[in-house]
Amino acid sequence: MTAGTGPSTTRGSSAATGLGPTHSDPGPPPPRPGSVTSVPSARRVRLRRAVLPWLFLSPALLLFLYFKYLPMAKGINLSFYKVQPFLGDQWVGLDNYTRILDEESFRRAFGHTVVYAVAQTAGAILVGFVLALLLEGRARTLWFVRSAAFLPVVAAVAVVAEVWRLLYFPGQEGMLNSLLSWFGSDAQRFLDDPDQALGWVIVVGIWKNAPYDMMIVLAGLASIDRQLYESAALDGAGLVRRLRHVTLPALRPVVTILLTLAAIRGMRVFTEVYILTGGGPAGSTDVLMTRIYDLGFRANDLGFASACSVVLFLLTLVLTGGVTWYRRRKELS
Amino acid sequence: MTASRTASRTASPAASRYDTALGWGWGRGRPLASTTRLVLYALVLLVFCGPLLAVLTGAFDRTPDPSQMSLIPRHLTLDNFEIAGERGLWTYLRNSLVITGGALLLQVGVTVFAAYALARHRFRGQALALMVILATMMLPEEVIAIPLSLVLGDLPGLGVSLRGTLLGMILPMGGWGFSIFVLSEFMKEIPVELEEAARVDGAGELRIFGQIILPLCKPGLGVVVIFGFNMIWDQYLLPLIVASSPDQYPLTVGLQLMRSVPEVGVGALLAGALVALVPSVLVYLAFQRTFLSGLTTGAVKG
Repeated sequence: MTAGTGPSTTRGSSAATGLGPTHSDPGPPPPRPGSVTSVPSARRVRLRRAVLPWLFLSPALLLFLYFKYLPMAKGINLSFYKVQPFLGDQWVGLDNYTRILDEESFRRAFGHTVVYAVAQTAGAILVGFVLALLLEGRARTLWFVRSAAFLPVVAAVAVVAEVWRLLYFPGQEGMLNSLLSWFGSDAQRFLDDPDQALGWVIVVGIWKNAPYDMMIVLAGLASIDRQLYESAALDGAGLVRRLRHVTLPALRPVVTILLTLAAIRGMRVFTEVYILTGGGPAGSTDVLMTRIYDLGFRANDLGFASACSVVLFLLTLVLTGGVTWYRRRKELS
Repeated sequence: MTASRTASRTASPAASRYDTALGWGWGRGRPLASTTRLVLYALVLLVFCGPLLAVLTGAFDRTPDPSQMSLIPRHLTLDNFEIAGERGLWTYLRNSLVITGGALLLQVGVTVFAAYALARHRFRGQALALMVILATMMLPEEVIAIPLSLVLGDLPGLGVSLRGTLLGMILPMGGWGFSIFVLSEFMKEIPVELEEAARVDGAGELRIFGQIILPLCKPGLGVVVIFGFNMIWDQYLLPLIVASSPDQYPLTVGLQLMRSVPEVGVGALLAGALVALVPSVLVYLAFQRTFLSGLTTGAVKG
């Protein structure tokens, strides 16, 4: 952005003072086929054309090299070692990977991750769809309610999780518990209950993501031809049948891809779980990322933690690749 | 999608029953339906804004009980902020602002140049460059957390450690595949003729970039800035692994240290949460249109 604020000086400031035809100065002229100087300068222009884009790309590529690709390579490399801070790393081949298969806690975390990703995504789209139907329209009230309901999406995950940790306070006087008591329900232990904790974590995920899905669905709804509703209604189709045969088919293409990608992203969930439960109680909400964090930064078992990260990466890579391939194939046919 | 949306809008003459999927009646003559709708709206607001409103009131409320939150303040006070301040709230806020400001500037700068190269140039290796950039979206902090912390502890070839510095939280945010991709999509839509005309007039590369392309993709820049802000403000794992002591924490990470303070119960945490919440909400409210347009562009194209 800073580069756009003033005329640049890389090629002599005299040429860069106005849009008018001012190239009488000896600076490198634009390519002009037929002019006498065109042979050497055309080569220079071509060279510049080849180099300049890479120059523009270099900051991005450098940052990605240092903070994405080098760490990735290092992670893959580490995953074959038993990392020992002072004794030196020891090559263990695939041992870390076979350990993943053996370790009960990792298998459980994997199960929780899949449940979380699928349930959170499915819940969010369901709630989002209902919200979108409810809030579709051009009235100002609707616009206001939509904007307000969208706030959970813009709030930082950490803030959301901290607030919900308070709402879930397990005593009688906790906010959700006092709300539940109005309906005659007993006090819940929420995140302290190993059987329910994962469910309550998922609820927070749905709460945060449903308004996002609502906006996507609303954009989809807006693209539906209104006459379809009218003619369907004239043909005697009730609300449910209109939704099933007009609305849903129109939304399907955009929404299915979005959902799959969201579910894959859900496999990498960390912050919510880390703040809400830290993986507890008794590992009942442990997901892959909280396991990896514990292994890497608390137990300092860097080799094994790296192997787990590589597995997580491959999992998301294969799933994303699969979805993309499927989408391409569908678009072609 | 936008095209068909405007088309269908102009095609429908007046608000009709079939303007919406539900086709609910609204307004005069249907008091029952209207009331039902209003009740439902209130419910939606309660569910999705209630918790955030509870943060607002709780931040200014003296709560003797360590667990209570409520929507109605009982005793207005600023004590919560004072005590949260003693617990480092203002340090965390300062860190957050430094990180967000620095990383956003860097990210927007990097994005603008990279997107320009990808969208407005044909060059050898372009497909490869695009792939290298898009592939980083598969490598978020979570997947590379462990080796990233090692790399930050000893930058290869430079022998510098960024651990325990705010710079270590800024630099990894500098490149973001998503924003490069979105901005280059916006840039591709600028007609080539404008660029060619300027070239004929003798404008150089940087002039074309700064005076033609950038001003014409302002909406795209808006999306990049706003999404970048949100993404950086939201960071949790990266600062967690980079920081070596709590006085380097940004707000998101620092909140956990304000969880329970004997004097004010949850008040300090709620004060901190409010401070962390306000910038995101303000940015969203101020740039709502850009935000939502980015949402659909990103969703449909990404």
